[in-house]
Amino acid sequence: MKLLTHNMLTSKCLKGVSVGYPLGINATEVTTSVVDFDPEFISRLIPKLEWHALKQASDIIGEKGYLPEALIADYENNEEFLKKVHHALLEIEVVSGNLVCPETGRSFPINNGIPNMLLNEDEV
Amino acid sequence: MSRPEYLAPPEIFYNEEEARKYTQNSRIIDIQVQMCERAIELLVLPEDQPCYLLDLGCGSGLSGSVLEEQGHHWVGVDIAQAMLDVAVEREVEGDLLLGDMGHGCPFRAGCFDGAVSISALQWLCNADKASHKPIQRLYKFFSSLYACLTRSARAVLQFYPENSDQMELVTQQAMRAGFYGGVVVDYPNSTKAKSFS
Repeated sequence: MKLLTHNMLTSKCLKGVSVGYPLGINATEVTTSVVDFDPEFISRLIPKLEWHALKQASDIIGEKGYLPEALIADYENNEEFLKKVHHALLEIEVVSGNLVCPETGRSFPINNGIPNMLLNEDEV
Repeated sequence: MSRPEYLAPPEIFYNEEEARKYTQNSRIIDIQVQMCERAIELLVLPEDQPCYLLDLGCGSGLSGSVLEEQGHHWVGVDIAQAMLDVAVEREVEGDLLLGDMGHGCPFRAGCFDGAVSISALQWLCNADKASHKPIQRLYKFFSSLYACLTRSARAVLQFYPENSDQMELVTQQAMRAGFYGGVVVDYPNSTKAKSFS
């Protein structure tokens, strides 16, 4: 699971959960890969991100302090910054661990890089 | 051949053996690729722009590979673990989630520039468990899908309706969830290939 996916993922499908965001994240295995850098894609993605959730996830899974506290101004023209966001979003992957619903504490295991978001019938 | 969705629920039907067979069958690959290319055409995405797409019932990532080739990033959801494991083996670029579309799409609002689904929706029309109510599951699916798309996004969902009643069932729930648009019948003489966009 890439941090981009984590940034979009919620547990709101659980019964009684209203927001379910951001999901807590625990990793037992993390890997990094090389993904082609596409500055246009990253620039267009940034307005859709919850920056705080990305920053937090990156601090836990990646290198602490790698991303700034707040989104910088004029990021479209800052290639160095876009490359950092690219790395955090697409190149760091959680291979195993779990995600945790912030409202109920329900845990979703991650195996083989795939979060298991299946719910029991009594949870929906 | 009888329809696979009559035989067992998807997470059971697509076991390791079926997942491998499915992904190695050149006829299936060709059909999936063509269907996905057609779906992308119907998405009418902005030209030459890499988009962030959702692939529902992504299976082993055959359709995802087509999305990648066209320069897009994607997230795939499927209920069959064995299919997703094959996707990991194939080293697809998209991110994968194990999930049941009938429980809703677990994303926050406005994430995706578009959604495709190739030959998966017919599975949602079944009641594989006593607790399954197809109308509710379809509505949950469509309403949560609608929410996680951006305002200008489209969803192109190709599937094989069993009959006109099933087509109607799916269309009604999609409309109820806020989608408009309609059914594109690519092969009018075939009862099999229809897509809803």
